[in-house]
Amino acid sequence: MAKFYVNGEAIQFNAAPDTPLLWAIRDHIGLTGTKFGCGMAQCGACTVHVNGEATRSCVTPVSAIEGKRVNTIEGLPDSPVTKAVRAAWLDKDVVQCGYCQPGQIMSATALLAKNPKPTDEQIDEAMSGNLCRCGTYQRIRDAVKTASASLGTKK
Amino acid sequence: MNRRDFLKSSTALSGALVIGFYLPAGGRAFAQAPAKMVYPPNAFLRIAKDNTVTVVVKHLEFGQGVQTSLPMLVCEELECDWTKVKTELAGSNPVYGNVFMGGFQITGGSSSVANSFDQMRLVGAQARTMLIQAAATQWKVKPETLKAENGFVVGGGKKASFGSLADAAMKLPLPEGVKLKEPGQWKLVGKPTRRLDAPDKVDGKTVFGIDVKRPNLHTAVVMHAPVFGAQVKSFNADKVKAIPGVTHVIEITSGVAVLGKGYWAAKTGRDALEIEWDIPPESATLSTERLRADYRAEAKKPNGAVVKAAANADALKGAAKTIVAEYEFPFLAHAAMEPLNCTVEAREGSAEIWAGTQMPSVDQAAAAKVLGLQPAQVKINTMTTGGGFGRRANPNSDWIVDACEIAKAAKVPVKLVWSREDDIRGGYYRPMYVHRAEIGLDAQGNILGWNLDIVGQSILAGTPFESMMVKGGVDATSVEGTADTKYEIPNLAVKLHTVALPVPALWWRSVGHTHTAYVMETLIDEVAAASKQDPVEFRRKLLAKDAKFLAVLNLAAEKSGWGSALPPGRARGVAIVESFGTVCAQVAEVSLENGAPKVHRVTAAIDCGTVVNPLTVEAQVQSAIAYGLGAALYSELTLKQGGVVQSNFHDYRVLRLSDMPRVAVHVVPSGNKPSGVGEPGTPPIAPAVANALAALTGKRARVLPFANEKWA
Ligand code: FES
Ligand code: FES
Repeated sequence: MAKFYVNGEAIQFNAAPDTPLLWAIRDHIGLTGTKFGCGMAQCGACTVHVNGEATRSCVTPVSAIEGKRVNTIEGLPDSPVTKAVRAAWLDKDVVQCGYCQPGQIMSATALLAKNPKPTDEQIDEAMSGNLCRCGTYQRIRDAVKTASASLGTKK
Repeated sequence: MNRRDFLKSSTALSGALVIGFYLPAGGRAFAQAPAKMVYPPNAFLRIAKDNTVTVVVKHLEFGQGVQTSLPMLVCEELECDWTKVKTELAGSNPVYGNVFMGGFQITGGSSSVANSFDQMRLVGAQARTMLIQAAATQWKVKPETLKAENGFVVGGGKKASFGSLADAAMKLPLPEGVKLKEPGQWKLVGKPTRRLDAPDKVDGKTVFGIDVKRPNLHTAVVMHAPVFGAQVKSFNADKVKAIPGVTHVIEITSGVAVLGKGYWAAKTGRDALEIEWDIPPESATLSTERLRADYRAEAKKPNGAVVKAAANADALKGAAKTIVAEYEFPFLAHAAMEPLNCTVEAREGSAEIWAGTQMPSVDQAAAAKVLGLQPAQVKINTMTTGGGFGRRANPNSDWIVDACEIAKAAKVPVKLVWSREDDIRGGYYRPMYVHRAEIGLDAQGNILGWNLDIVGQSILAGTPFESMMVKGGVDATSVEGTADTKYEIPNLAVKLHTVALPVPALWWRSVGHTHTAYVMETLIDEVAAASKQDPVEFRRKLLAKDAKFLAVLNLAAEKSGWGSALPPGRARGVAIVESFGTVCAQVAEVSLENGAPKVHRVTAAIDCGTVVNPLTVEAQVQSAIAYGLGAALYSELTLKQGGVVQSNFHDYRVLRLSDMPRVAVHVVPSGNKPSGVGEPGTPPIAPAVANALAALTGKRARVLPFANEKWA
């Protein structure tokens, strides 16, 4: 049995310990904001934060997160970074189908929490593991920059 | 508003027959008699007491923005408060038919806004007229003295909200001869409007098909044949049943389904299946290598079906120079972000389905057949969808049929979920094509004649669309953009060689233009280069009689700085393509980085008629470019021993953020009706980049994707 925290709530997970965190979150805990896109760390749709780090939940077995804090799109901390990213995403009208977007936002918030002033190269590096088949990339770049700029002014 | 009146309102435009039709109340009464229905919701619009307006969106929202643009059209005429607008996706029902497609409920062909443009405005205008009439009756004044404004009827010092008038308005007859606004009076249409569905999508609250929850729901995965055309001979499920969480193992027509409590159990179960397949000999030897040789040989044969014959069949004989070019396009998967899925609850005498589908009425009929029901007994709940690009418009309803077969046999609610591997290997691809062109030029570089042979599968053969769109052995989707080109090309001859394969084919964003535009636009460049003419100038000459093309081409050239100096190591290329009634030109700026093509900027110009939401047009052109560019640079499926070599995004590569060029979108102002937007941005990008690469390196990429070429 694995024990960990999802969005602050203690979880006791009884199913197979090799179950990827993605399916524990979606099928067992019932939070569906975290998406399945590839199952092999290629698309980023399943990105969550594990102890604050952007993590591909589809290749992370629950046995590997014993005692750790997991945050999903539904449980992002109510922080300046979260607010800035959400506001920028709406302002730049980033989403299209929206399926990849929880993963994009989890990657963007993890990036800005660590590095509020990323360079273009750092944005490209942090965000290129998240595929978007609707091709919202240009607006993602713009939104990350907008969020970063607003973090600088408000502090 | 009265439901029947709204049905009348929709039929006035669509001509669809809706007698005997009524909408279900509460999502479950669809098999009831109309007499039991008291005030059923009307088809497109509901106004609540609190003044919220719910617009029922008749097309699938899968990224293209209809959940915003269709309500904009309704609200423009209704004069409601845009901040109080909510939306709902329509289920399967003839009233939601596509006006351009014989009333069939189809989201495709870049037609969602175009076919709804008059219809949705009329719905709004009629509702507004009825609300004003209701207020006029209450206040005992003439309706002409009143007007609708931001969700209220006002006049003579009085004011009443739409919500307070809705009940009375609903009882009025549908007004005839309602006048629509002139474009100059529009307040919402044509204004950049942010998406209504964005907040929920940003918060991860939107429920996609894959997120559906139902009581006692089982997840199903299917082991399909690893080789196209193969069938299950026998299977052993002993090891599967030992896996905790696995509940059922069921043979269906397309393979073997494993059901479990959640995806992981089902998938682990599937991994443990032992299946012996019956593989037809012709499938076993199927490979890209063989097809390549066969297609290239076929392209040289004289026996293709004639799409267009040359006025002078001997035009090439006296040519001073001949260009011979053979092109090869790979199979492509759509690879929408949300894997295919479908939830089915089969009950006694009825069934309910939750799915993201571009053709709900086709799927409804297919599901009914499997479940032994009448189509009207199958309710389809259209779910918000993570992309489709044509894959969710399958005349065979493959994944819906699979899910229904499983639900019927398992007798439990089932959610079928495809893995990415299922998606990449599961067929229904943009088919492989080979083109062979022979172009004769005179000493001055003028075109004398142009022969084109196209070899590939038919997308529509064997589907209900065949009778409409396959004529004289020519599938219109295989040759669009060739014989009907706007370029003035003397003695253009086009032939089609149709090949039958066990690999299922399907439309892929922009359909035939995915390959025909590449051949046309790269060859036009090559012909221009042969006589040392500027590619834009040369196109202007060949398009001299087409004002629409010229305006688009000139705008793209101007905004891209065509002809101005570039830093060393960079080059530009241009392409212009008409598809889905829209003309789009693109100028791409490229260089080589570590020996691979890098696209820095794309300047796009588009004439798509009246623009309803400029933000949607911009987003969709960016989207279409990203989609087409990923395929041009990287994507390719290859066959070996009848199966697909690639399996996931590591070897079926698509565009990533670091590959995305800066895209600028410029719209040619137009007073025409809206034309397509979702697809027309895709065809020009590959040839624009190829032409830029040719300008840079002198190499013309004949085989896609570009990753196959040695560039440096
Ligand atoms: S589903 Fe985890 S990276 Fe794609
Ligand atoms: S918004 Fe559709 S995949 Fe990214």
